[in-house]
Amino acid sequence: MALRAPVESQSTAMVRFDPERPKGLLGRLRGAMEKWTLQQGGKDLEARLARLVAPQNEYGVDPFGLDLEFTKAAVAPALWLYKNWFRVETRGIEHVPAGRALLIANHSGQLPFDALMIGISMLVEAEPPRICRAMVERWAPTLPFVAPFFARIGQVVGTPENARRLLAAGETLMVFPEGTRGLNKTFEKKYQLQDFGLGFMRLALEMQAPIVPVAVVGAEEQAPALWDFKAAAKILGFPSLPVTPTVFPLPLPVKYRLHFGAPMKFTGSADDEEAELERKVKEVKARVQGMLNRGVEERKAIFF
Amino acid sequence: MRDTVLITGISGNLGRTLARSLHRTEKVAGLDRRPFAGKPKDLELHQLDIRKKKVEDVFRRGEIRALLHMAIMHDPRLSQSEHHSFNVLGTKAVLEYAAKYGVEKVVVLSSTNVYGPRPDNDNFLTEDAPLLGSQNFPDIRDLIEVDMYAQQYIWKHPEVETVILRPVHIVGPHVRNAPSNYLRLKRPWVLAGFDPMVQLIHEEDVARAMQLSLRPGARGVYNVVGPGEVPLSTILRELGRQPIPVPHLLARPLLDRLWTYRITGFPPPELDHLQFLCTVDGSKAEKDLGYRPSSTLRETIRSVLGETPAGANLSVVT
Repeated sequence: MALRAPVESQSTAMVRFDPERPKGLLGRLRGAMEKWTLQQGGKDLEARLARLVAPQNEYGVDPFGLDLEFTKAAVAPALWLYKNWFRVETRGIEHVPAGRALLIANHSGQLPFDALMIGISMLVEAEPPRICRAMVERWAPTLPFVAPFFARIGQVVGTPENARRLLAAGETLMVFPEGTRGLNKTFEKKYQLQDFGLGFMRLALEMQAPIVPVAVVGAEEQAPALWDFKAAAKILGFPSLPVTPTVFPLPLPVKYRLHFGAPMKFTGSADDEEAELERKVKEVKARVQGMLNRGVEERKAIFF
Repeated sequence: MRDTVLITGISGNLGRTLARSLHRTEKVAGLDRRPFAGKPKDLELHQLDIRKKKVEDVFRRGEIRALLHMAIMHDPRLSQSEHHSFNVLGTKAVLEYAAKYGVEKVVVLSSTNVYGPRPDNDNFLTEDAPLLGSQNFPDIRDLIEVDMYAQQYIWKHPEVETVILRPVHIVGPHVRNAPSNYLRLKRPWVLAGFDPMVQLIHEEDVARAMQLSLRPGARGVYNVVGPGEVPLSTILRELGRQPIPVPHLLARPLLDRLWTYRITGFPPPELDHLQFLCTVDGSKAEKDLGYRPSSTLRETIRSVLGETPAGANLSVVT
């Protein structure tokens, strides 16, 4: 069944059956994780989580497979990273409008902790609280355990059709137009935006969705890649194989600063020539780059 | 008088369900090479192979108003050539007769298997999605060919109102297809670390969608869905199954062996359904045909146990 319009989905909120938590060890783990989430967030977070709406069926999942109960448990470690490891600071989060929006951010840090942190910020700081949907790589559904995990926490394969559907339902999407080009770049290119894809602009024009530029400052230093071992990556089928001082690209405890800019609205046709779309994309890219430059300049230290 | 609805493949489990609910309001005739167990008395059965020339006589009498074509078999143990001959040539023959003898309405029962379960599928495939189902499962080429042929037929014969229905996995107390047989296993295999969203539809709801397609004016290709989508694990939990997780890299070669030695009835490519999405958007059928499923999600899932939905308008009384 297709997603219904968001307003309707709230009014027809179906009766919630007692969520059948998996029994045994897994169920206990999930219970403990849920408790951990609430411990970290306190009363405030509990109230926020209660405000989340997803058009659930009688088994507690939305049409895309998002399971709110599961998500509440699964965010616990991310929440811990948010508060204690990266000590995320947000600025301008009030710019994120309620309803459909595209968050366009720079991508860096070898492993996508930046996506995770933006997602958590949407949950614990944005108004209204929401589950932000990242458009995941097309090979994610082929990875065991990763595939269902992403689906249950609301992350969807980034096909244009999926994105259109989610925007039409009033959801917030997170897009990294640089893709792995940005994520896996080496350290000497830090805070220099790589090529932007055009897909997000087509989407924004077609769905008339506002674009919120986001600059993530800090993630570049979490796992500086000195060298990209391209030959080995090719053999292993990875997009790249960065070599970091920590060998495995685990993140250093850098301080994250998320800067949200004022929403940008574009008019025009999604079927315009590439050159026209490129002009608009450049505008967004320039805005993100400007926010990045300012953010890097303003900070006094990388780790604090 | 042109008043008969001809159902091909009527003696199958789904065909009988449809025939019993339809024959209360319509004059129904059937075409099948198998006998129809428990056939209503006023239902005329032409016990013929669909490929026989004699089938033309059934049309020649000029009584047929609508053709419901569901004589499309999928027996994984039968040869490709037999499948091709029965499904593709059979479909071509009856559809040609329909056009030749002025049948007003043709409804072809295809399925969402024509899209195929794939990792890069949209979560909700629409009717214009490419039919890639045979890419990893070459044995179902003929099912795609039937669907494609019916699509061509829409353009070739605008005078015939043609509807192609692509229902999701059909389940129910009577149906014995691969998905419902799988869900009847006490200890079904699942692929470790995979839990795709799955759509099921109750056999009664399919019958209703076919009935709605008979209405004048309805034409085109339609996905037909049940009351929503749930993770495979949820379905198995609802049914009280104890799934056996098998690593996907191991499952394929293992099932290949079991299949070769005829220990299992599940063709190895069906494993893709346990791994990837093949879910569709059914809103077009809702809008154009006025179709909405009448069984709830729970009733649909539990229907494989032989339970009939409580309160649903059931015409299957034997």
